[in-house]
Amino acid sequence: MEQNQAWAGFKGRKWKDDVDVRDFIQHNYEIYEGDESFLAGPTESTDLLWGELQKLQKAEREKDGVLDMETEIVSSLTAYGPGYIKEELKDREQIVGLQTDKPLKRAFMPYGGIKMAEQACTTYGYTPAPELHKIFTEYHRTHNQAVFDAYTPEMHAARHNKIITGLPDTYGRGRIVGDYRRVALYGIDFLVAKKEEDLSNCGDGTMVDDVIRLRDELSMQIRALKDMKKMAEVYGFDISKPATSAKEAAQWLYFGYLAAIKTQNGAAMSVGRISTFLDIYMERDLKAGVITEEQAQEIIDHFVMKCRMVKFARIPSYNQLFSGDPVWATLEVGGLGQDGRSMVTKNDYRFLHTLENMGPSPEPNLTVLYSSRLPENFKKYAAVISVRTSSIQYENDDVMRPVWGDDYSICCCVSATQTGKEMQFFGARANLAKCLLYAMNGGRDVKTREQVGPDMRPITSEILDYDEVMAKYDVMMDWLAGLYVNTLNLIQYMHDKYYYEAAEMALIDTDVRRTFATGIAGFSHVVDSLSAIKYATVKPIRDEDGMIVDFETTGEFPKYGNDDDRADDIAVWLLKTFLTKLKKRHTYRESEPTTSILTITSNVVYGKATGSTPDGRKAGAPLSPGANPSYGAENNGLLASLNSVAKLPYEYALDGISNTQTINPGALGHDETERKNNLAHVLDGYFDQGAHHLNVNVFGREKLEDAMEHPEKEEYANFTIRVSGYAVKFIDLTREQQLDVISRTCHNQM
Amino acid sequence: MTANVHSLESFGSVDGPGVRFVIFLQGCHMRCQFCHNPDTWKEEPNQIFTADELLEKVLRYRGYWGEKGGITVSGGEPLLQLDFMIEFFTKAKAEGIHTCLDTAGNPFSREEPFFSKFQELMKVTDLIMLDIKEMNPERHRKLTGVKNDNILDLAQYLSDMGKPVWIRHVLVPERSDYDADLRNMKAFLDTLTNVEKVEILPYHTMGIFKWENLGLTYPLADIKPPSEERIRNAEQILNAVK
Repeated sequence: MEQNQAWAGFKGRKWKDDVDVRDFIQHNYEIYEGDESFLAGPTESTDLLWGELQKLQKAEREKDGVLDMETEIVSSLTAYGPGYIKEELKDREQIVGLQTDKPLKRAFMPYGGIKMAEQACTTYGYTPAPELHKIFTEYHRTHNQAVFDAYTPEMHAARHNKIITGLPDTYGRGRIVGDYRRVALYGIDFLVAKKEEDLSNCGDGTMVDDVIRLRDELSMQIRALKDMKKMAEVYGFDISKPATSAKEAAQWLYFGYLAAIKTQNGAAMSVGRISTFLDIYMERDLKAGVITEEQAQEIIDHFVMKCRMVKFARIPSYNQLFSGDPVWATLEVGGLGQDGRSMVTKNDYRFLHTLENMGPSPEPNLTVLYSSRLPENFKKYAAVISVRTSSIQYENDDVMRPVWGDDYSICCCVSATQTGKEMQFFGARANLAKCLLYAMNGGRDVKTREQVGPDMRPITSEILDYDEVMAKYDVMMDWLAGLYVNTLNLIQYMHDKYYYEAAEMALIDTDVRRTFATGIAGFSHVVDSLSAIKYATVKPIRDEDGMIVDFETTGEFPKYGNDDDRADDIAVWLLKTFLTKLKKRHTYRESEPTTSILTITSNVVYGKATGSTPDGRKAGAPLSPGANPSYGAENNGLLASLNSVAKLPYEYALDGISNTQTINPGALGHDETERKNNLAHVLDGYFDQGAHHLNVNVFGREKLEDAMEHPEKEEYANFTIRVSGYAVKFIDLTREQQLDVISRTCHNQM
Repeated sequence: MTANVHSLESFGSVDGPGVRFVIFLQGCHMRCQFCHNPDTWKEEPNQIFTADELLEKVLRYRGYWGEKGGITVSGGEPLLQLDFMIEFFTKAKAEGIHTCLDTAGNPFSREEPFFSKFQELMKVTDLIMLDIKEMNPERHRKLTGVKNDNILDLAQYLSDMGKPVWIRHVLVPERSDYDADLRNMKAFLDTLTNVEKVEILPYHTMGIFKWENLGLTYPLADIKPPSEERIRNAEQILNAVK
């Protein structure tokens, strides 16, 4: 293997013996510090294919968001023959491979739960074959069935009352990023040989549970690898050996990703950190004169086009949580190496450039791993793309690198994971705002009147006393943390058992590190509520049953989002306290507990289920998303708000702290040059303080209002906005969510 | 010294070079008919900060400023709180912060004690953004309630001392959009040696609600924002940046 022609010109040794893509990258990538002037526009093929795809997307929108669905075939690596964007144009597709036999057709994936798979079909007017129902109820148990059978009554109650919400018990947990680069660098045969070696060394012969399970999983992985070869053969490619060119590398890599999205409908199906890796192949081919810059860009454009086509069949309740049909095909650019070198290559420009060549798009979820030490040219280019498209997000490489190294990927919207070395047990959110209300009402839910939490003495005072509330809140959070972890333990166990991600795990080291990713919802409302109780006068309003249903808050109190330590200290306390409570618990498969403050678009649904809070938020109103300050709380402008969020210690929220900000173009500068420079300064200032994440939207409220009223206008077909941790086409949001987005602070200036 | 502050804006990007922290002081004696912040007029105490408190606050934003950014004090009319301004900018300069004064010039006078204090402030001010509302004295008085000779004198004085200035002109149809006046302004500005930039700020109606909140009658109720054509016309005459 050492003298492989495919590896001609590549330096380094270690990666040739063992699977070690990072080592390969570090030995071979070429830093690019120039500007964007080298970039090439779309080729004729790109225009043709993207034109076709836009027609399909339009047809999809006209059919209520679903173009076509499978009703007969259960998705697998080998379930389908080849599929193309358009048969007549198939020779123009530089990167091929669809999830099913037709573009934008959604596969049938019943392993997570047959009811959900069926409901997804019937919602859009499709009828799944009756024998599938029989197979997956009578003959084969699904993840969803197993979870619900094993839930305790307390778990059912917590779920039903939405104190724990968004649990991955009706959908795939996702968030596992296979190291798809391995397919390109090594070819499948090498990877199979390595996994077979692992299998033969798995355990000492004593068949304890762990060994049995791992042997089972390894054999599934090996089978998946072999099936990937068959899947590629359908398209006329032999991926048993390493890729020999840039085009092959991108294609091989895509086949790895395609294997994942054919077999799993996880909540997030990230592509990973592939840009610098692929650039090595691009550079080799460019230097050898095998390809031109136009061709290099075309390969990336077509790869990205495929990422824009990923679809899953979803049920309505899922769409409420995660609006706009997202798949989180998250893909990273930028970042620095452990040695301090920039990892920005020409390919990082090419990926951002896809937003110009093919217009704005929510997918892939393009993420810039940011550091103020990135090359200035690249920072400015990213900023100008933000100003033009509002389609990219920024995450702080300087806080992630020390924890995850320099080869991590973003495995969901904002969460980091070491590529090929880690997997994540993702799970839902704990609604800490609701938990605060439980603390005051003795564990009873104000909406359903059910006793959900421990039956404690409710607060009976006329005016809320900070110390009393805090004491009760502490107990209630403790209960919630315990129940939350237990519920997730159960779900993850069943997911491993009934819906194991063999294809993704086949591209991850056998000795995998596992994180246990919890999340917090309602963050800013708890902070402001506690601040109100501490600094103002909060009078609870009780109904005839003595239940606190509302609050009357008088007096001024500091709010999170103004760079005021009095409020921000409560925010830091809240995060640290909840994580500490989670960490005490046993977590499944020795995973490491982490938490996040990110809520996707689910803030609207979570808010509906949450009663009035002492900060002035009324019952049913949306929670503010992620770690964002509450609506209307920010009184000192964008940077004061950013400073507040930047105080949250990333080390306590390793799963991510998402922040979404919208800036009116006029408030960002007079012209595009000023705007990009100013935005780059904002990013420097924010991330140098250790903040984790920023979504940047550059548009005014008027545009949102117009797009809501006139979604049919051509200019809004691809109008993309960043929401908590991902991007959506604005017109794909529900009206409720559109109104929520519009009501959020738009940083403006008069 | 303390400042009577109207509000703080942590992210100003059109209030001087680069990203800036903008402090709006409370109190102004002009009564511009187009004013979009009439709530800054009255001089009763609003939020009170010492210079040190404000300095501590603005320093939290240094990381956002890059090479060019800094602080801008606007208003209201900052020159009404001259003692505070001197202390604040002196301390800011000692920290190496770029200081910008956004003024309409109305308090300016060569009389003492104002003049010496103003000279002291200029030692610690890097840039002045000066509003010239109208060249014609009568129209100026009608539009703002005050005379403009001392404002033009301020412009002259700043030129004599070589202090960098950005000139801003709010373009209000029927009030400050007369070709002859605009040409006069251009002629005047051409005699100055310190003007780095001239900006036209088209009149907008986004401040009307503030007048209503204050129970005031909005004097320009019948006047619409200027047309694109008139904006371009003013920009051309004044050779303004877009």
